[in-house]
Amino acid sequence: MPSIIKARGLGFDYVKYTDESENAERVTAIREIDLTVEKGTFIAILGHNGSGKSTLAKHINALLVPTSGTMWVDGIDTAKEQDLWKVRQKAGMVFQNPDNQIIGTVVDEDVGFGPENLGIPTKDIWSRVDDALSKVGMLGFRDRSPNHLSGGQKQRVAIAGVVAMHPECIVLDEPTAMLDPNGRREVIEVIRELNQREGVTVILITHYMEEVTYADHVYVMDAGQVVMEGTPREIFAQAERLKELRLSVPQVTELAYELKKAGADLPDGVLTIDELVDALAPRSEQYADRA
Amino acid sequence: MGEISLGQYYPTNSILHRLDPRVKFIGTIVYIVSLFLVSGPVGYLCAALALFALVLLSKVPFRFILKSMKPIFFILIVTMLFNLFLTPGEELAHFLIFRITREGLVLALRMGIRLALLVMGSSIMTLTTTPNALTDGMERLFSPLKLIKVPVHEISMMMSIALRFIPILTEETDKIKKAQIARGADFDSGGLIKRLKSMIPLLVPLFVSAFRRANDLAMAMEARCYHGGTGRTQMKPLTYAKKDYCAYLITALFLALAIIFRVKGW
Repeated sequence: MPSIIKARGLGFDYVKYTDESENAERVTAIREIDLTVEKGTFIAILGHNGSGKSTLAKHINALLVPTSGTMWVDGIDTAKEQDLWKVRQKAGMVFQNPDNQIIGTVVDEDVGFGPENLGIPTKDIWSRVDDALSKVGMLGFRDRSPNHLSGGQKQRVAIAGVVAMHPECIVLDEPTAMLDPNGRREVIEVIRELNQREGVTVILITHYMEEVTYADHVYVMDAGQVVMEGTPREIFAQAERLKELRLSVPQVTELAYELKKAGADLPDGVLTIDELVDALAPRSEQYADRA
Repeated sequence: MGEISLGQYYPTNSILHRLDPRVKFIGTIVYIVSLFLVSGPVGYLCAALALFALVLLSKVPFRFILKSMKPIFFILIVTMLFNLFLTPGEELAHFLIFRITREGLVLALRMGIRLALLVMGSSIMTLTTTPNALTDGMERLFSPLKLIKVPVHEISMMMSIALRFIPILTEETDKIKKAQIARGADFDSGGLIKRLKSMIPLLVPLFVSAFRRANDLAMAMEARCYHGGTGRTQMKPLTYAKKDYCAYLITALFLALAIIFRVKGW
């Protein structure tokens, strides 16, 4: 499969000015990041606050340009000024705060904002908006004011706004951090559907471990570097290492891990409740036989 | 705290609501100009009748139109009093140092009628047009100003973003206020100075948050390829329909009538 996003030796420094001293301080947000994302996959990037995961996300959308190394989106170097809008069309971005990324005063106008910027003819904007809103299940809310929607609904509108631009991949920077559990579930379902049905490449940045279980590949970041990578199963099998990185594993994984440590015969990195039940069920039958 | 109503839009479905905002804007300007063109009783009667007809067409209850008078009521009275007492001419009555002249009386009445009709007339526009449609209409009407480097698109974008964020910031103000009250802040007692001072713990966090939001929004807009008005298409472009041309025609006739009245002095 061709790769859609490729980073080689990516680094980003910024200059911080403090109140006390006149001297500017150079801070390294991310360094030496190598990343390859194949088309149509679901990638998750994990990390606690300040690990550099948002900085990495902003590079994919060319909101930030690397200070060292290179980032390619669909073969385009993001540092090239003349291709800036092409990169941003190919890699859409959804942010954390749903209120601060909705521009329109009516839902459908907001979804149309991206296509308007791309210079799409009016008639096509309407079909794109209809299409995007139905993909996120918000078609019935098209004439509403975004202020009357719930957090999860707002975030789905924001996703529709990106989908309407027909991107190759969508980067979601902690899209569920400000939502309640219901909103979180809505958003994750929409993201999964877009990935599986529409084949959109998804890069989900999060610190909720439960959301990572659906990913094809997980990157774990700490102090501006990628410190672990692999399938969710491989990552969650290393529960101790995750704890060192101030990340927790999903509850069910944690339970399976503790059971295994206590001597139970379980596989590594159990991800879902069903999986744990399946792994435990034969044993309970065995016990039933004995009784 | 819920949604505060902006401007004073009255949602209903009338022919005036469906008119293109540009027509309504130009119509309002023409109406105001004609109020200052006519000077006789017949002219004002016609203007008042036209206003009455518009109110009926708009399906907006009359009390909403009257409500728009409230903020300018004081100015109206003061203007009328000044005109009444300070115009020199043929004396009708006087007490102490105040003199009422015939000219003063006429001028005061004329000023009062003009101002009242002006405010009610323009309130019909704001009552039947959403702030957003008005912004759109103004962007299109003023687009020729781009030639002399007036950032018309940017101004209208700023206006519509402001409209979107007013309810959010109102809600936030409420939240901060409650948070500060919980921490012992007192917003409701003391003199004017003390009350103004007590606003500081409210305004500082509000401004900090507004700047943060502005930063976030700017980034979100850039991420969605916003790069100003050039090369941008519109999802809901304004297009004139037949009724809009009819409305323009009526507006033109009204203006012509006002000019005739002016010439004849009716």
